[in-house]
Amino acid sequence: MDLRYTEAEEQFRRELREWLAEALPTLPPKPAPDDWPARRAYDTGWQRMLYDAGYAGINWPREYGGRGATLTEQLIYLEETTLAGAPYIGVNFVGLLHCGPTIMAEGTEEQKREHLPRILRGEEVWCQGFSEPGAGSDLASLSCRAVRDGDEYVVTGQKIWTSFAQVADYCELLVRTDPGSKHRGITWLICPMDTPGIEIREITTIVGSSEFSEVFFDGARIPVSNRVGEENDGWRVAMVTFSFERGTGFISDLVETNRLIGELAALAKKVTRRSGTAWDDIALRREIGHLQAEMDALWAMTKRNLAQAERHGIPGPASSVVKVYYSELFQRLTDLAMRVLDRASLSREDVGDLPSGIFVEERLRSTSFTIAAGTSQIQRNIIAERILGLPKG
Amino acid sequence: MDFELSDNQVALQEGVRNFCEGRFPMEVVRALGDRGAVDRDRWRELADMGVFSLRLPEAEGGVGLGWADAVLVFEELGRALVPGPLVWTHLLAGLVPGAASGETVVGGVERDDPSRLVEHLGSLDLLVVLDDKGVWGLQARAVESRQIATPLDPLTPVWELTGELPRGDRLADAEAAAHLRLQGAALTAGLLLGLAEAATDLAVTYARERVQFDKPIGAFQAVKHLLADMFTRTEVARGAVYAAGVTLDDPIVGSVERAVAAAKLTAAEAAVANGRSCIQVHGGMGYTWEVDAHLYFKRAYALEPAFGGIDACADRMADLLAPS
Repeated sequence: MDLRYTEAEEQFRRELREWLAEALPTLPPKPAPDDWPARRAYDTGWQRMLYDAGYAGINWPREYGGRGATLTEQLIYLEETTLAGAPYIGVNFVGLLHCGPTIMAEGTEEQKREHLPRILRGEEVWCQGFSEPGAGSDLASLSCRAVRDGDEYVVTGQKIWTSFAQVADYCELLVRTDPGSKHRGITWLICPMDTPGIEIREITTIVGSSEFSEVFFDGARIPVSNRVGEENDGWRVAMVTFSFERGTGFISDLVETNRLIGELAALAKKVTRRSGTAWDDIALRREIGHLQAEMDALWAMTKRNLAQAERHGIPGPASSVVKVYYSELFQRLTDLAMRVLDRASLSREDVGDLPSGIFVEERLRSTSFTIAAGTSQIQRNIIAERILGLPKG
Repeated sequence: MDFELSDNQVALQEGVRNFCEGRFPMEVVRALGDRGAVDRDRWRELADMGVFSLRLPEAEGGVGLGWADAVLVFEELGRALVPGPLVWTHLLAGLVPGAASGETVVGGVERDDPSRLVEHLGSLDLLVVLDDKGVWGLQARAVESRQIATPLDPLTPVWELTGELPRGDRLADAEAAAHLRLQGAALTAGLLLGLAEAATDLAVTYARERVQFDKPIGAFQAVKHLLADMFTRTEVARGAVYAAGVTLDDPIVGSVERAVAAAKLTAAEAAVANGRSCIQVHGGMGYTWEVDAHLYFKRAYALEPAFGGIDACADRMADLLAPS
């Protein structure tokens, strides 16, 4: 067991840090959260800069144009880019982390040639059409129907919680091709978003933004050649993606959480009470210290997960452990921040000279962390059934 | 960076686990409780296994291993509920003759400990006292005390000091005392991690076997989620405990104080919470003396305050985060 970075890893870190120091000041100003065309331009522009510098697809194999970095290098990459305040993966998320890897594993040569280089260069944006109003935690009960008509599928139904739908070129779409069978009646399609018969309706979220959309399909025709994998084998194809991240999934979030705990301590020193500052309140200070201890433990566990994935090739259900713990830790952190802020938490904008807005915003936003990508309840079922071997209910 | 056990570490872990299963099965551990917890023959077997001499150089009869290895060994000792002043005897193995070989049983206490309680005093040869001036050794027999008839943990007998502690012989300076506190916290965190695991294993096994409403109770989500949380807490603490061991060996990778505080805090919380959940999963049987759940629960509380409890660790983390 060791926690020391090798000389090659330190070298990788130095080079990346130098490049970030040069590249980040050349970025245009950040777009407004609801200006989707501007967000697309900003995020894909950043992706192109990464591509030109050789950092695009850090986790993609070299044969598909990626960097093919080791997991430790990926950790360093995510740590450095987060700490430097580099743009988040943004609208490139689905392409780089979900459908790209799926196409690599299951796509035809033609599909690979068409999509993978464009995703890497930031020329193609993807969204995800998995969840439906009637298929959330029980995703395999999805009912968006695709009926074969010659060399096309005719799709009718609805998807929900689709991020980036407004600006995506393609959607990774799970459809029902056999209503008589559950998991074995699903097919994975590449759906061009300019197909006639697709309507997008934005959802206003708890933070008042349009982070997600509903997508309606009314007789949308998708070529059979856009199918990835066999008909009715889409569930297995979709599951391939879930094991791609190999434990690196939450690293930027953890780095950001760690930074935020430090900021909360700094904030507590600025917030004044009738007597002294919030930091002088031993109970609040102790809770912040407590969170930091848990955060350090979680970070250490992540390094173990990476080492195990590196050694044995598979992350296993350890990602459920990280997700449950991280998402709840983050909510406790932002809840504590609300108490530190006291009445300053009534405003989502900074109040006085306090950097308070970010904490109020994050308290609202983080309510989704224990819901999205598998609720905490589903994650606990996974831990109990797949790791501890308890019987299904 | 490769934060995974080496082959030698896996072998060490398995070796100690097999030893504990063979020599400290639960019926033996329970019987030790009736005999003052420390059995001299078994104590020497622990010494022969290298539990106390593990980190001493080979030239001094040790094994020449590091703190990362030591926390793995203590994790196994905690899992098996092995009783006795394991941490103190290990810590003093290089300073007190006979500690490494198991001849001398060593316990310890902070001079200004307001509780005035000392674990295992009746079994000790030497009582080590830490204060702000250094590390001191006292003949345990010479210490005035009375045994507490009903200790929290039946396997952690305690004595209350009834007189002033004599000054004792100086064994090391104040800096050494500060190091011993950090090292003691890391080893205790190893024991607590082992407890957290053992409580999880016991509860999971029971939840698979116990049938109610025609199903194993582990099929119910309410029970599943208790067990999933036990596992999760344990794995998070494991990261911190192993990191504390590695950081003690190689302080270039981070702050030893911070790594130890994170380890002790998360391992203590995991052990206490898992002890509680283990009882809960066992239902009424968990409330009995017969089922082992209470032994994990009680040991967790007995070890939580050692070398700085949960709150002290949290306060330390806060100080390290942003000095007042």
